[in-house]
Amino acid sequence: MADAVSQPDNYLTHTRGLRSWMFTLDHKRIGVMYLVSIMGALALGGLFAMLVRTELAQPGRTIMGPDAYNHMFTLHGAVMIFLFIIPGIPAALGNFVLPIMLGAKDVAFPRLNLASYHLYVLGAVFFVFTLLLGGLDTGWTFYTPYSTTTDTRVITAVTGAFVLGFSSIFTGLNFIASIHTMRPPGMTWFRMPLFLWALYATAIIQVLATPVLAITLMLIGAERIMQLGIFDPELGGDPVLFQHFFWFYSHPAVYIMILPAMGIISELISVFSRKHIFGYKFIAYSSVAIALLGFLVWGHHMFTSGQSKLASMIFSALTFSVSIPSAIKVFNWLATMYKGSISLATPMCYALAFIFLFGIGGLTGLFLGALATDVHLHDTYFVVAHFHYTMMGGVLIAFLGGLHYWWPKMTGRMFNDLWGRIAALIVFAGFNLAFFPQFVLGSQGMPRRYYDYTRSLEKHPEFEIYNLLSTIGAFLLAVGLVIVLIYLVHSLWRGRRAPANPWGGATLEWQCSSPPPHDNFPESPTVGDPYDFTNLRYDAERNEYVRKT
Amino acid sequence: MADANHPNAELHAEGKDAAHVAHHFETPAQQFAAGKLGMWIFLVTEILFFGGLFCAYAVYRANHPEIFIYAHQFLDKYLGAINTAVLILSSLTMAWGVRCAQCDQRRGLILCLALTLACASVFLGIKYVEYEHKWKEGLLWAGWFDPGENLGEEEEGKTEKGEEGNVEGDEEGPGEGTAGGLSRVSQSENGTVPFGTLGQRPRHVGVFFSIYFALTGLHAVHVIAGMMAIAWILVRAAKGHFGSRYFGPVDLVGLYWHLVDMIWIFLFPLLYLIH
Amino acid sequence: MTESTSHSSSGEQQGLAHIVPVPVLLAVFAALMVLTGATLAATWVDLGGWNLWIALGIATIKAALVALYFMHLRYDHPFNALIFVVALAFLALFLSLTLLDTLQYQPEIDQWSEDRG
Repeated sequence: MADAVSQPDNYLTHTRGLRSWMFTLDHKRIGVMYLVSIMGALALGGLFAMLVRTELAQPGRTIMGPDAYNHMFTLHGAVMIFLFIIPGIPAALGNFVLPIMLGAKDVAFPRLNLASYHLYVLGAVFFVFTLLLGGLDTGWTFYTPYSTTTDTRVITAVTGAFVLGFSSIFTGLNFIASIHTMRPPGMTWFRMPLFLWALYATAIIQVLATPVLAITLMLIGAERIMQLGIFDPELGGDPVLFQHFFWFYSHPAVYIMILPAMGIISELISVFSRKHIFGYKFIAYSSVAIALLGFLVWGHHMFTSGQSKLASMIFSALTFSVSIPSAIKVFNWLATMYKGSISLATPMCYALAFIFLFGIGGLTGLFLGALATDVHLHDTYFVVAHFHYTMMGGVLIAFLGGLHYWWPKMTGRMFNDLWGRIAALIVFAGFNLAFFPQFVLGSQGMPRRYYDYTRSLEKHPEFEIYNLLSTIGAFLLAVGLVIVLIYLVHSLWRGRRAPANPWGGATLEWQCSSPPPHDNFPESPTVGDPYDFTNLRYDAERNEYVRKT
Repeated sequence: MADANHPNAELHAEGKDAAHVAHHFETPAQQFAAGKLGMWIFLVTEILFFGGLFCAYAVYRANHPEIFIYAHQFLDKYLGAINTAVLILSSLTMAWGVRCAQCDQRRGLILCLALTLACASVFLGIKYVEYEHKWKEGLLWAGWFDPGENLGEEEEGKTEKGEEGNVEGDEEGPGEGTAGGLSRVSQSENGTVPFGTLGQRPRHVGVFFSIYFALTGLHAVHVIAGMMAIAWILVRAAKGHFGSRYFGPVDLVGLYWHLVDMIWIFLFPLLYLIH
Repeated sequence: MTESTSHSSSGEQQGLAHIVPVPVLLAVFAALMVLTGATLAATWVDLGGWNLWIALGIATIKAALVALYFMHLRYDHPFNALIFVVALAFLALFLSLTLLDTLQYQPEIDQWSEDRG
């Protein structure tokens, strides 16, 4: 039935025309619009990255001057963080999948969901204005006093980030309300898929932390426009206070990024090992624990900023605690795989890559959380490598895994799995080549956000080769990602029609057709254990999984 | 999803319509519970939003109590108290309005909402009076703090704002970026508080006013937004949308309004009643 | 016009939500006004550092009255009250650690100010 020549009516064909998309209340369409937008943001942020890496490939001026360079790394960071990675998984994948995983027709507040998307677009427009009207060179972190005095377009940028913050808040609000009030009969909290636990924990952070960013951005604006003065020492203000405000959001923000990613990994590891997730409750609780502990550690970004020693010691000690729930997850995933029947389809390749790369990223965080070593490593490439391993090696990889996993559901098409795995390998290789050398560079002392390293070459001639390798890796990574884009887009026209359950998942979204109909389930789905695969058998002829009757 | 909630599909459908239940909710109760939860989550975000400014307040007051003690003399605590009372009254009328909606008392609801708006207007009126006074006296936030010549010390009457000439020709277009040219020299008009009555003026008194204007200004913006929401509910109430089966929007706007009141309940002692 | 779910079988719920009785509303209002007066009155007595805490304490009681009665938390799902409290807890976390830090480094700033003259 899924291979029928003519596609039955689904959410894509339900209504037509631009307006039916721009004013849709259908969470699936909103998810798809988000997906397209954030891929655009990824491309734009990636472009800035390639410009940065090209400049750094050789000492001295390569393609741009120092001021332009400051703009490049700032815009790379700001675009990637605010337009890609924070909205990323929750908005593009979560919006699509969450209601279906709940067996529901939509999220709790569909109009708010649409508003979230329009706010995203508005925020993006402000960022574009920033680009076109003079750029931004403060670093994505907007530290005062530079951000309140530079003559680049700080106000349009912070307005954009402010608007995007509300987009994020509304998404989080929607998810919390949906999960609380729209679970179907039979789906208790501990029978929810772990992806939903992850989105729930993420939403808690979105709702608690983002408002503090909002007020911080507003204060930067007030400082610039009317010299409010609370961050200006000349007027009695305190620039370190800005950092407290900023990092109170921005540290939990990294957990907004990683928690949904971990949620995806929980799904992928279980499905592609054909084995019940090990330690379900531990994984569920650890998601919430990460969300809460993440609020206790923001000062570890400020060890060298003038924060007091007492506060630094407290924050350093607390930082170690947050690694524990993350480690718990990794052990549970590995235990899930043990004696499982592993299938190395593309999503699983990404899941395995995640465990490796996030492992490195997370472990290197410990060096940075330890006060004594951080003093040496702060503001070096070690930090850059650490967060790229976690954000890119973690979140982007998981995003790609989830994208491939849910691609058949969203589009009704299968992509070419061989190319999927080839591209995954290229991405993995390129990524490591790009970022591993940066750990070495950083520990040898190369500072971040520096336009040039010529003067270090006398003492550290190896900086040159490591930077070059890193740039080559970046290009290789870019090639891999472009290949992903190509075969995914290609599948939209030429891909095999997808069955309802190509991967054998036991969560509810695999019970509706691919793509789903407009209101998701013509009949209520059967709620059971989301990781119990014993009721499914593989039908080799039709290349899909079906329920055993 | 047949269960105890749906004993009779037709009656249920009719009930759902009367209760304006959206298509993705099963029952009016589910919709109401979701709406409430959603609004409380939004209130949480507002608490954290204002929280940043309360944090700034706490930091500066703890580190520079002398600034706060000195500067607050320029706030009229009786006006502040009246405003507090006005907002509390508006909370009463709002809560009563919700009750009216729940009891199918359409006229009562309209009256209560109108009274709430009236109270809010009085609040804003008083705030305007206060702000105007400060503006005239030059008692503004740090960068524009210029209380004129009527004060005991040196280092005043400085009409340049934002030292180091941090004038950015920002894209904010109109006029110069700073108020550089505006001299806010004000002789103390008859009756305004003479500056410097409480001894020597501490450095950076303007910081108090930065926090004062940030907090009360942001609060006032929320009052205005609340008034717009209440006005919208008022229009809908006049059209007869609300009754015992459907009063969610009134309740939710009410929750928001009460939060606005609550924030002021804290602002009042923190800003006006410093000793 | 009767809907089977709207008239409670449990007795305490009327329809979708509890309806606050008018006397309760008026009593809470009166209490709030009295407490406002008390806050004001407290400023006429000089208790040093305690004044701030008394004022904040009274404000907290007032806020609690608004939350419990005007905002129905007393009659609502306890979860709504929980998230309200959680928000305050996180705010307290933010304030306390930031205050701790700024208080600690304040002497350095004072020193710098003095040195500048």
